Amino acid sequence: MSNTINYTVDADGIALLTFDLSGKSMNVLTPELMQELDALVKQAAVDDAVKGLVLTSGKAAFIAGADIKDMVTAYDRGVTPREGYEFSYALNRTLRNMETCGKPVAAAINGLALGGGLEVCLACHYRVLADHPKAVLGFPEVNIGLLPGAGGTQRTPRLIGFRNAATMVLQCRNQKPQQALEMGLVHELAPVDEVVERARRWVLEKGDAVAPWDKKGFRIPHGDLMHPGTAQTFMVGNALLAKNTRHNYPAPIAAQSAMFEGCATSFDDGLKIESQYFGTLLAGPVARNMMRSLFVNKGKADKLARRPEGIEKSQVKKLGILGAGMMGAGIAYVSAQAGIEVVLLDRDQEYAEKGKAYSEGLLRKAIERGKSTEDKAAALLGLIKPTTNYHDLAGCDLVIEAVFESVKIKADVTAKTEAVVPESCIFASNTSTLPITGLAEASERPEQFIGLHFFSPVDKMPLVEVILGKKTNDEAIARSLDYVQQIRKTPIVVNDSRGFYTSRVFSTFTAEGISMLAEGVDPALIENAAKMTGMPVGALAVTDEVTLELAHKIGKETAAALSRDYPANLSEEVLQKMVEVLDRKGKRFGKGFYDYPKDAKKHLWAGLAEHFPAADTQPEVSELKKRFLTIQALETARCVEEGVLMHAEDADIGSIFGWGFPPYTGGTLSYIDTIGIREFVAECDRMAAAYGDRFKASAWLRERAENGQDFYA
Amino acid sequence: MTDAYIFDHVRSPRGRGKQGGSLNSITPMNLTSQVLRALRDRNNLDTSLLDDVILGCVTPVGEQGANIARVAAIMADYAESVPGKQLNRFCASGLEAVNTAAAQVMSGQSDAAVGGGVECMSRLPMGSDGGAMAIDPQTAYKSHFVPQGIGADLIATLHGFSREDVDSYALASQKRAAEAWANGHFNGSVLPIRNHVGDVVLDHDETVRADASMESLGSLNPAFVMMGDQAGFDDVALQKYPQVEAINHVHTAGNSSGIVDGAAAVLVGNKEAGEKMGLKPRARIRAFASIGSEPTIMLTGPAPASLKALKRAGMSTADIDLWELNEAFASVVLLYMKLLEIPHDKINVNGGAIAMGHPLGATGAIVLGTLLDEMERRDLSTGLVTLCIGAGMGTATIIERV
Repeated sequence: MSNTINYTVDADGIALLTFDLSGKSMNVLTPELMQELDALVKQAAVDDAVKGLVLTSGKAAFIAGADIKDMVTAYDRGVTPREGYEFSYALNRTLRNMETCGKPVAAAINGLALGGGLEVCLACHYRVLADHPKAVLGFPEVNIGLLPGAGGTQRTPRLIGFRNAATMVLQCRNQKPQQALEMGLVHELAPVDEVVERARRWVLEKGDAVAPWDKKGFRIPHGDLMHPGTAQTFMVGNALLAKNTRHNYPAPIAAQSAMFEGCATSFDDGLKIESQYFGTLLAGPVARNMMRSLFVNKGKADKLARRPEGIEKSQVKKLGILGAGMMGAGIAYVSAQAGIEVVLLDRDQEYAEKGKAYSEGLLRKAIERGKSTEDKAAALLGLIKPTTNYHDLAGCDLVIEAVFESVKIKADVTAKTEAVVPESCIFASNTSTLPITGLAEASERPEQFIGLHFFSPVDKMPLVEVILGKKTNDEAIARSLDYVQQIRKTPIVVNDSRGFYTSRVFSTFTAEGISMLAEGVDPALIENAAKMTGMPVGALAVTDEVTLELAHKIGKETAAALSRDYPANLSEEVLQKMVEVLDRKGKRFGKGFYDYPKDAKKHLWAGLAEHFPAADTQPEVSELKKRFLTIQALETARCVEEGVLMHAEDADIGSIFGWGFPPYTGGTLSYIDTIGIREFVAECDRMAAAYGDRFKASAWLRERAENGQDFYA
Repeated sequence: MTDAYIFDHVRSPRGRGKQGGSLNSITPMNLTSQVLRALRDRNNLDTSLLDDVILGCVTPVGEQGANIARVAAIMADYAESVPGKQLNRFCASGLEAVNTAAAQVMSGQSDAAVGGGVECMSRLPMGSDGGAMAIDPQTAYKSHFVPQGIGADLIATLHGFSREDVDSYALASQKRAAEAWANGHFNGSVLPIRNHVGDVVLDHDETVRADASMESLGSLNPAFVMMGDQAGFDDVALQKYPQVEAINHVHTAGNSSGIVDGAAAVLVGNKEAGEKMGLKPRARIRAFASIGSEPTIMLTGPAPASLKALKRAGMSTADIDLWELNEAFASVVLLYMKLLEIPHDKINVNGGAIAMGHPLGATGAIVLGTLLDEMERRDLSTGLVTLCIGAGMGTATIIERV
């Protein structure tokens, strides 16, 4: 008896195949499920009692996608492109057999169908989709470094045209039921409890067992490859793809090529081309890195992999936020969004109100875009209470301070808060640089003191860096993580250190760019190299954003705290000169590394050429890219060595979701593992000789390299 | 090696390359055969002496497809023994056709041949032949394909040519072309094109603007901003040229070559063939060369192609009396003048494609003819003609009067 698919044949001769993976809440395409599907289709095809087939799911969702368990290990197992091809082509063969079995097959899509799940549907001759907001259809594969490798790149353009297919396959945009119907992705919508009956009825009444592409005279809708409009679609599509990936991501171009090349030939050869491209992706490191960090490990982090065991699940009902600036206001918004009552406290009622107004602004935009309603917005705003009165904090489960980065001010608000909140209340600091252990000294209950480092803008940035002070206890960790989950953010957990993990490593990226400037690298080359590395913003541009003044101030404070000289290196010298001599303090001040003209795009300040003259010979962009990646990865390794980071997964997730370290690398430590730790240390040595001691690998790292010890076991 | 000589050349006027343009109603076949007939008739040519008709055509599809050279020879009532072939070296196709005819003569495998080209851009718009370069994902991605206008703007950005610089150049092209027409410099080579009842539909280059001014040129919008910005091509180019912060889009319809219809033919042969045909050689083809250059910027081939041809001829830039470089875009000519140190009064002296248009497959033969006519008029002895080419190439030919 099957444990993946229930098979029944009714009196009308309809074989009903119900996907129902035993012991799972969601159906995923496993090798066993595909084998059973293949066997059952073959059985139904030769069974004279069967007129046609209906596929549905026994779970709320149809099929959530393929099980990537085997795929994520493929690269490490040394899977070759040819073996990757076989893996994909086996799926294609099964679904193609179903499509050509001679009997009509209808999909009764009762809930969401993603990736391989949608591909199963597309291989059916008819599709009825539940008219339910959660019943979306989409292809997430490209986002994790793969492509739809079970016919998705072949059936989708043949069904809905190249332009729509690109939206789904390359941009990974999910389609809601109404959109799916209008596009032609499904044939009809029906209430959830009627999808099977409608599918049955189609099989009995219409029952066409031939796919459109197997009919004579088939043409791709909205223009085949010979159509001038299609040429335009590909010409612009190719350019945008190169622009967006900066040639770092193999999956989008492979998917685009599979659609283009596969649709210029027979359907059966198209499936082979798709599987060939799939094979090249599966055998490469980028798919491994993206699947592992963006899907597997992010999923684990979202399920609170770092939560200490044995502590009862908690929920924040009332949250206090100290300081209604940019960060406090953002935290208030995301917390109210999760239904939490928020007390937003500032020194001045006007500031507190302004902090609440930030949420109003975001909600207004959401309403304009149709993402929220007046009622919902009003309810959310009703949860935020702007105040100056500490007594309003009474009854808070958690208080997060986001006041000015000063140990003294923070100590003051900590004391005032602890005087009014319940003893059980967790106190969190949103500091981005000050060590938590030191701040906790101002607390009566340092074991309940923790760091919750949010990123700006809070409503957009998915990460929260949870920082443990020396005395932070397990309960504080567990309850903080519960809160992070409550507001639907992804947590990483790190130990205390100056700048913790994310701010510390991110600052090496900006410092490297600024050092390049001092070395005489053309500033445009620095910025383009940073973007070509895959960083979201250039090193100089992002320094302008956070302001040179702040970077300069943190540098000075860090030097003072560590009792070392300032400026002590090229980037610090540049910052000092820019801030103190040239009065170019950053974007907020209207001038930094860039000029900010009122009615034109920002552009690099022409004066840079005078103060930091460009060298006669300029480096290759590939060398600059490598420098940007190496310095960040090396600083991350130092964080591991010092115990700031406890898990490679946290390093990778934190780097990607915290400051936009390029996802194709899998994150800072996956980057090292991918190029190989020995090779990495050799690169560090070469760069230390060429650019300075900041690239020096420690004895600890050297020993790891000698032992070939990867960060992922 | 046998010497190859130019005996004569004929071209059509260039008609505005869209519906309503004066040549739009003339088929490419009709246009080409009128030019081939004129070349024959004005020289009393016994076409059975020809070994080939080689025509450039960049968009050889539809009515320009299926080897227009052979079929046009048939339609022009050339001897049926004259074969034909169409070739495509993009914008230099017309010159490449002449070079190929010359190569056959030089190698002793032909005695006489026609080289030339045709392009009716009003009937078969640029790009109607598709091509992997832009459309095939693997190809476009690997080669960093961008449209030529982006390359032209990138040249201007890299070399600091301002909008005023390129507009000034364009204005000179218009003035020179208008003056050349007014003074009859083109009269000897331009064939009036006729309709089915024998009326002349066009006898002059239709896009020349004698009244062009810096103001009128300055009022035009840059043509490649949308392409560069919204379609992502600027970014694709900058990944190849990361030292550039942003591309300065200076090219407009006014300082780029015009889209036109046109055809041209050049008669090439060895000395003996000339004697048999009873024709006096007008120039010797001394050397020619083609070269590949960086394909993304695409338009920097003329200088290296010219130097390659000069080297082959054992000459230097100082040995050239007069220059022609196809005015694909103003920045292409400005860069060429800068690199080879050519004064403006020695190059494109009768204007060029910015004023008179660039019928892709024909232009190479047209500019070669323009150069020869002007060398004769000024009684100069050496000239070099060159063109920039899609996908990053250049072709150059050196001629010498005899």
